[in-house]
Amino acid sequence: MWLFLLSEIILFGGLFLLYSSYRYKNPLDFHLAAWELNRVLGTINTLILITSSLTIALSILFVQKGDHKLSMILLSATIFLGLLFLGIKYVEWTAKIEHGLYPNSPRLLGRSKGEVLFFGLYYSMTGLHGLHVLVGIFVLSVMLVLMMRGKINGNHSVPLENTGLYWHLIDIIWIFLFPLFYLIT
Amino acid sequence: MESKKYQTYILVWLGLVILTGITVSMAGMNLGLLSILIVLSIAAIKSGLVLSYFMHLKYETGLLFKLMIPIVLAVLMIFIGLTFTDIAFR
Repeated sequence: MWLFLLSEIILFGGLFLLYSSYRYKNPLDFHLAAWELNRVLGTINTLILITSSLTIALSILFVQKGDHKLSMILLSATIFLGLLFLGIKYVEWTAKIEHGLYPNSPRLLGRSKGEVLFFGLYYSMTGLHGLHVLVGIFVLSVMLVLMMRGKINGNHSVPLENTGLYWHLIDIIWIFLFPLFYLIT
Repeated sequence: MESKKYQTYILVWLGLVILTGITVSMAGMNLGLLSILIVLSIAAIKSGLVLSYFMHLKYETGLLFKLMIPIVLAVLMIFIGLTFTDIAFR
């Protein structure tokens, strides 16, 4: 599991590298474009992901203690928070698209090169991250079903622990994405 | 020990929330290059907290396993460093 997580770090690392080199070349355009992102929604999403990391960590702790019911409630809470994150992301993206800011849109192409790059990176990086969240929610749901059937319990909790590791990694990637796109202006 | 772990998780979560608050309020100030540095350091501290407590890296034994993440991060840093020397002195 850790090996997979390390490959994920390199995958996102490449995109971060792309971001930082383009930012270095077009500092002013990146500055202007970052102002247009919704900082409030970004902050709420950060808090949601941090809290979901807490709930999955507690869920694993309680299943190991043998408290299945509480663990299942916490796991469901994690799934709910993940869906909430995607819901807010959806609202954010639709607002941007309604303003005509999406890759290859006529309005965006009329702007400077740096801003086109910024929004291209914004969509691809948050999109790839969103895809990871979606996969994470799916795997968490599978874990919930397994738990209901008693396949995951105090003696056998490794699948849930690995899912937790994956979910925490998604959280860490967002911890870096959030300031880079929303805060550094 | 076990009940303490539950308290640690809550404390770590609280720390993460506070650090998020600091970064968000930092964004309003205009400190130029310094603000990028501070914001990224806070992000690094936050991921350090998640890695060591939520992902149990703090409680793992085995030196090779513990060193894996720093090695990967170092490789990433070398990538970024080399690319930037290329861009900056082109």
